[in-house]
Amino acid sequence: MSTSNPSAQVPPPTGRPARLPARTVVAVAVLLLIPCAALAAVPMYSRETPELWGWPFFYWFQVLWVVLTPIATYAAYLLINRARGHR
Amino acid sequence: MSAAADTGINGVELTVVLFFFVIVTFGGFLAARWRRGESMHSLDEWGLGGRGFGTVVTWFLLGGDLYTAYTFVAVPAAMFATGAVSGFFAVPYTIVAYPIVFVFLPRLWSVAHRRGYVTPADFIRGRYGSRGLALAVALTGILATMPYIALQLVGIQAVLDTMGLGGSGNTFVRDLPLIIAFAVLAAYTYSSGLRAPALIAFVKDTLIYVVIVVAIIYVATKIGFGPMFDGAKTQMAKTNPTTNAPTGTFIAGDTTYWAYATLAFGSALALFMYPHAITAVLSSRRRSVIRRNTAILPAYSLMLAMLALLGFAAIYEVAAGKMDVFGQDGKANAQLAVPHFFQAVFPSWFAGVAFAAIAIGALVPAAIMSIAAANLFTRNVYREFLKRDATPKHEAQVSKIVSLIVKFGALLFVLGLDRQNALNMQLLGGVWILQTFVSIVAGLYTRWFHRWALLAGWAAGMIYGTVAAYRQEVPVVVTKLVNGEAATSVTGTRHFGSPLGNFPFTDTKVYIAATALLINVLVAIVVTLVLRAVKAPAGADETEPTDYHADAPSTTVVAAVERELAATEGEVTSTSGPGRDAQP
Repeated sequence: MSTSNPSAQVPPPTGRPARLPARTVVAVAVLLLIPCAALAAVPMYSRETPELWGWPFFYWFQVLWVVLTPIATYAAYLLINRARGHR
Repeated sequence: MSAAADTGINGVELTVVLFFFVIVTFGGFLAARWRRGESMHSLDEWGLGGRGFGTVVTWFLLGGDLYTAYTFVAVPAAMFATGAVSGFFAVPYTIVAYPIVFVFLPRLWSVAHRRGYVTPADFIRGRYGSRGLALAVALTGILATMPYIALQLVGIQAVLDTMGLGGSGNTFVRDLPLIIAFAVLAAYTYSSGLRAPALIAFVKDTLIYVVIVVAIIYVATKIGFGPMFDGAKTQMAKTNPTTNAPTGTFIAGDTTYWAYATLAFGSALALFMYPHAITAVLSSRRRSVIRRNTAILPAYSLMLAMLALLGFAAIYEVAAGKMDVFGQDGKANAQLAVPHFFQAVFPSWFAGVAFAAIAIGALVPAAIMSIAAANLFTRNVYREFLKRDATPKHEAQVSKIVSLIVKFGALLFVLGLDRQNALNMQLLGGVWILQTFVSIVAGLYTRWFHRWALLAGWAAGMIYGTVAAYRQEVPVVVTKLVNGEAATSVTGTRHFGSPLGNFPFTDTKVYIAATALLINVLVAIVVTLVLRAVKAPAGADETEPTDYHADAPSTTVVAAVERELAATEGEVTSTSGPGRDAQP
């Protein structure tokens, strides 16, 4: 559909490589799946012990993932950026 | 049980709330001048803030949008009344949402940016060439958003009631503060568009963070987390006299694993299907803004987790005799748990700050939701079916007026009907909006699904979800204060009593929306196979594969391209295809 001139050496400013390397895709998928899997495993964390500072396991485990998940998504963001040769 | 007795208006609290209300009102009107575009006379400017918000503004805007006043009141209220399964699932919900949207939202942003789409239904229209499917997605969005706006008013009402403003017998006087607040909100949304809530969100979120940090320090030092959790455990294990079952769940048990997981994941999938969430996403300047935000938005989830635990702190304080949850009308209302908690344990001026945070927390999402609903109506109903040749200026004008109607409708909804209706509709809204997931998210990757099959799947999910939710019948329990004693009575039953229903052919309770989504997907697959076999026309796709990866040109790239263009001048006449001219 694109009508870009074949003789043009200049890539359109909006263009981006459509495919990421398979290595990056796998790494990103693992990073994003870990928090989902951890929080989907309700029977695993649905327990009172071990407690932490008076918090039952059920509660502190989930709050822990509030802190860990952004690390995973940010790492995935950096991986994609690096694979695309951005900054 | 002392707080219920004093029905006077708390002057200090009211003054603090009014102070912040005046500040955000000024901010709301001044926002029209902030990062002003060439003119406000288009939906890109009025409805999407010029599509120019960076990472920080988008963070405040999305945070202010997704974590609403209703959330602040309802999540701790659910924890207070029935514990973890109905309340704390909000924490895994608002966590798993981000890895999920990390995957597909950048694609939606790119295609919308390239093709100038303002609403999710615009994308459906362009991708499948189907006006019918686009209309279904648009109407679902409007239907799901309206009760959500109404519930923001319920959040404000809880605060007003606590300050002593709900007790007057005269309906008009009682609701006057609410009407004034909404009229002012409507006025500055009309003039400033999406820029108003974006600016006010700074005030709202700063207040919220300060309030939560102070409240958690109070809990840690004055109550202690151990005693707080112990008190909640005892309360949840108590037998509820009307159902002869435990009051609630302290920790999700054997019978509620699926309920907890499906509530969390079903809600997470639905979150960014809401039109107001998509509006905030599309207003961002660059593709990378969204992925960066998936890493910083969980800060709000941390705050939500702490806020949820205030429901347990309220249980502790009630047991200690420091507070109750009886409203001005003498009835017990769990939604008053957090406002009463602040009033009971903090000085009036600080309780006022907390109430201002909740009240302003209602205004930000109400503004964005009304803008999103108005955009859907204008683009996908008005322009599509009523006036095909509407100019951008005309579109913006229609949207502004519709945003007023939407807010007015929400106000009537809350004032005229039982509050329970708004809650029922909100429950249904969550079930409904998830039914647009297949069309939108699958459409970002593949055109395998047939447009009519998606419509059939949507209809099946909508019908199943609505019927299943209607069939959840629960007793209506009213606890009143009679001569200083709490008296409980059952006044009948009501429908839409729970978001959970039995999974078909089993006794396992799951989130109704999740079952409806499963039915939706199955129907869409089967009907697609049939329609493909009979070679039904697939409809035109106006998008190109490269659209889904497009980004706004960064300034360095633009400069490099311009240099190269200058070097090859004369040789190159056009570097862009027809669809690429939409770049700002």
